[in-house]
Amino acid sequence: MNTTSATSILVVENIYKTYGKTEILKGVSFTVNKGETKVIIGPSGAGKSTLLKCINQLIIPDRGRIFLNGEEVLHSHSHINRFRQKIGMVFQNFYLFDHITALENVEIALLKVKKMKRPEAREKALKELARVGMKDKAHLYPAELSGGQAQRVSIARALAMDPEVMLFDEPTSALDPELTGEVLEVMRNLAQGGVTMVVVTHEMGFASSVADEVMFMEEGKILESGPPSQIFFHPQEERTKKFLSRISELYGELNRNG
Amino acid sequence: MEGLSAVLESLPYIISGIPVTLGLVALSLLVGFALGVPMGVAMVYGNRVVIKIIQVFVFVLRGLPNLVLLFLFYFGIFPLLGWNLSPFTIGAITLGLRSAAYQTEIFRGAILSLGEGQMLAALSVGMSKNQAIWNIILPQALRLALPGWSNEYPILLTDSSVTYAIGVAEILTRGGQMVTRTYQPMPIYLTCALMFIFLNWGGMQIIQWGEKKAYIPGLGRKRETQ
Repeated sequence: MNTTSATSILVVENIYKTYGKTEILKGVSFTVNKGETKVIIGPSGAGKSTLLKCINQLIIPDRGRIFLNGEEVLHSHSHINRFRQKIGMVFQNFYLFDHITALENVEIALLKVKKMKRPEAREKALKELARVGMKDKAHLYPAELSGGQAQRVSIARALAMDPEVMLFDEPTSALDPELTGEVLEVMRNLAQGGVTMVVVTHEMGFASSVADEVMFMEEGKILESGPPSQIFFHPQEERTKKFLSRISELYGELNRNG
Repeated sequence: MEGLSAVLESLPYIISGIPVTLGLVALSLLVGFALGVPMGVAMVYGNRVVIKIIQVFVFVLRGLPNLVLLFLFYFGIFPLLGWNLSPFTIGAITLGLRSAAYQTEIFRGAILSLGEGQMLAALSVGMSKNQAIWNIILPQALRLALPGWSNEYPILLTDSSVTYAIGVAEILTRGGQMVTRTYQPMPIYLTCALMFIFLNWGGMQIIQWGEKKAYIPGLGRKRETQ
């Protein structure tokens, strides 16, 4: 693996994580280059969410190394806090800060972490809210937003920190079906705009049309990876085929246009 | 009519106990809050040793009757330490420490009710744990704690009368003194009772006003639909 390559932003090297006696991650490695979108698919319990949380150290892996822009993540608190600023995270259940408005949600880390002046932070927050189409709802509290709107605000909150990589942990899984479209569209625009992203999702349409690479994960390992055309239409592994046929039963057949 | 004249005679003296009673309540609420918030936070985010120490504190303070605690401090602990504190101060400290034990549990429960997502999200944007507690967890937990916390006012208000036993000149102490002078227990204790009721009502108005002030749409309500 070429960790010094000028274009590789995120390098994940041999990550292991065990809870009690259950080994969740069994040596996961991959590299994300600047501007790439990587999609991780796989059955529930495969360790996809744990892997994302290990990348930004919300869960500390037992073994393995993470490099961001060639710099290794060390396990001291101050280092981890600085490192997390450079990685945006979008959660399945949004986790917007419930006591402040959409605008303040986007603003707060700019003020408290980046120590920006208030007018500057406000301008930046409004810009990010506009980017996800939520500027006109900036004054609303999280409980006053629909799920799709809340998720878009949480994307803006992560983007506001100008992260090197964005991690999405099943961003549409908690949404009513008719609300997933608006979130996927925002993500599609980000990918096309050159944002580097790692996305865990069951949205195969999104994966096939946006991903540069799809990784199929099962039982704590990446079993197979490749361009979407290969993974979706010519999977090598029997278990990938099985998973895809089960998913298409649930979500409908995939067409090549996504 | 003897009763009425006894009440009228006693009234100014008993009323001047109101500031003493309210002082006890205010100070013990404050002590309880100042200790209860950090202890509640530490119960959720602290290390095992700290949690154990707080658990013991809460267990002991909640497990002893007010009067026992008061006597221990008044006749035992403070004299042994050689601190010459007034009965009022000792009363406020005793009630305050006991309230701290209850308030610790109130704030711990409120923090737990937030779920882990708020902390995860705060960490994910680069906040330190302390920044997350200060900017994200506490502003929500304190609001959610308000309904349970508002119980502390009537509890401390009524409990403050145990300081009678160490001679703090609060409402009940003064009422008792006037009873021995006038031999009219019923009218005078009724007067005391009315004062407690009135103070309780007044305090509740303030707390309800505070709850309205702190209101945020939907905070603490689980989403029914996404």
